[in-house]
Amino acid sequence: MKIAVLSGKGGTGKTLVSVNLAAAAEAAVYIDCDVEEPNGHLFLKPQDIKNEGVAVKLPHADPKLCTGCRTCVDFCKFNALAYIKDRLIVFSEVCHSCGGCLLFCPQKAISEKEREIGLIQSGISGNVRVVSGMMNIGEASGVPVIKKLLRDSRKENKDVFIDCPPGSACMVMESIKDADYCLLVAEPTIFGVHNLEMVYELVRLFQKPFGVVLNKCLEEENPAEDFCLQNQITILGKIPFDLKLGTMNSNGQIASRKHPKYKDLFLNLLETVRKEARHETASDT
Amino acid sequence: MKQLLILSGKGGTGKTTIAGAFIKLAESRAYADCDVDAPNLHLIRPHASPARRSDYYGMRKAVINEDSCKSCGFCRQNCCFEAINESNGKYVVDAYACEGCGVCEAVCPIGAVSLQPTVAGELMLYKEDGVFSTARLKMGSGTSGKLVTEVKKQLKQEAIDADLAVIDGSPGIGCPVIASLSGVDMVLIVAEPSLSGLSDMERIIKTAEKFKMKIGVCVNKYDTNKELARKIETFCQERELPFVGKIPFDNAAIKAINRGQSIVDVDCPAGRAATKVFYKTLLIMNS
Ligand code: SF4
Ligand code: SF4
Ligand code: SF4
Ligand code: SF4
Repeated sequence: MKIAVLSGKGGTGKTLVSVNLAAAAEAAVYIDCDVEEPNGHLFLKPQDIKNEGVAVKLPHADPKLCTGCRTCVDFCKFNALAYIKDRLIVFSEVCHSCGGCLLFCPQKAISEKEREIGLIQSGISGNVRVVSGMMNIGEASGVPVIKKLLRDSRKENKDVFIDCPPGSACMVMESIKDADYCLLVAEPTIFGVHNLEMVYELVRLFQKPFGVVLNKCLEEENPAEDFCLQNQITILGKIPFDLKLGTMNSNGQIASRKHPKYKDLFLNLLETVRKEARHETASDT
Repeated sequence: MKQLLILSGKGGTGKTTIAGAFIKLAESRAYADCDVDAPNLHLIRPHASPARRSDYYGMRKAVINEDSCKSCGFCRQNCCFEAINESNGKYVVDAYACEGCGVCEAVCPIGAVSLQPTVAGELMLYKEDGVFSTARLKMGSGTSGKLVTEVKKQLKQEAIDADLAVIDGSPGIGCPVIASLSGVDMVLIVAEPSLSGLSDMERIIKTAEKFKMKIGVCVNKYDTNKELARKIETFCQERELPFVGKIPFDNAAIKAINRGQSIVDVDCPAGRAATKVFYKTLLIMNS
């Protein structure tokens, strides 16, 4: 089963929930799709690391063949090409690798070169296979890294936990496309509600079964919980605001591996998620 | 108008909370929320009058005219983004996957595909005592960098006489952040004392340095892990980055926020610390 963990915004505990669920499961795959700021490996500390580059295709014109007709320049919707001083220049950061220039050049002057934009790192951490995508600094979009991460994971038949990027934009949509179930993590503040509302809208748009985990719960009133109750959203579990848990987390430790109390907490959550997901998929058909 | 941008590498570090405090302290007459994916600043800057709203058009997207399509499949074969689906001989563009590159339009032998403008979000402008520029990207639109540029343009056009603009940045290190950096006088980085916070901070510092920005660093919720907070401070010393202070974790701050206030509206430890951070930041920005 593929479970995507999302939150509308960073810092709500998305990584905490996904690494701990993965660690509590018998065998799991953890995929860090937060390619701008991947953090999961800091907790899981995988061993036997393998690196694999992620490249995109970048056009390159052969100056001997190019006649300067500018067909390619006129075509490119992203203004990634310019013909200046008898040479075709490619602005690599804005090229989307659509292949149009290559396709339409009347002289067949354009070929493709690879340009590395990021990295996929995989390793093992006990029961968890850890796969992280990392976008190079200065790149505009991590989508190609996410695409590759998820394409490679399609064959997995273990439980897969996808730690999604924050927000609700293109990168998040890419991350939840294949997921069987979405787990939304929310904080007990009005910011939390606002962020939750956004991912709530997103999962409904994609018609994904989903439920909410309330994180950092204090004794006080919880606007995020109120929101769930008002909208009849399944609350899968509550994680209390707990200094010990917070400290373990900030030190990069996995609570469910360190302490039976937390292992139970996350195992229970995992069971609930599984039950919910099965139930949802059953009622879909 | 000087521009101070607040960044964190990741959300949830308290960037918006600090931005809210700074706006109040500076009595700023110009501020903006560049986190167009998940804007939050308006929640603690309540406005009496409604915003002036305008549609934001992103990239154009492909649309297939069902009636003229001959189902030859060329468009699908040539789309590099797997954005065209076929079922029972019918070809349809998945607007979420389409990047608007125009290849399908150009290869279709009978002109059944066209690129059409799509609303990708909404710009909002509040004008009362001050100018507040913000926006909200529509679900699933991919051009947040351009919308950030629009938010900043709107701010600049409307707030000509303000001295200081406080800008709440967006999380990450990608295109929206890069777009928010342009024209800024200083970047304040809000770090969290955790291993992930440290890693996020290093990545955002590298990004800001790449664009030759003046940088200051502060730690929020420092007492949730004092050891790592110290580590951040040492890191800044070693790298000769100005460290502008630390703010404690504070329940009173959460309560203030939930009431739609800023943390300097109430007398609390977090608010007092944020005030110090503010003045130190100003000093560096103006030096
Ligand atoms: S379309 Fe081909 S020949 Fe024309 S300018 Fe581009 S690369 Fe050169
Ligand atoms: S591949 Fe597409 S985006 Fe890149 S330069 Fe060519 S036409 Fe432009
Ligand atoms: S415009 Fe480009 S991305 Fe969109 S459907 Fe056509 S070929 Fe695919
Ligand atoms: S290329 Fe044109 S005619 Fe052929 S399937 Fe696509 S839209 Fe239809």
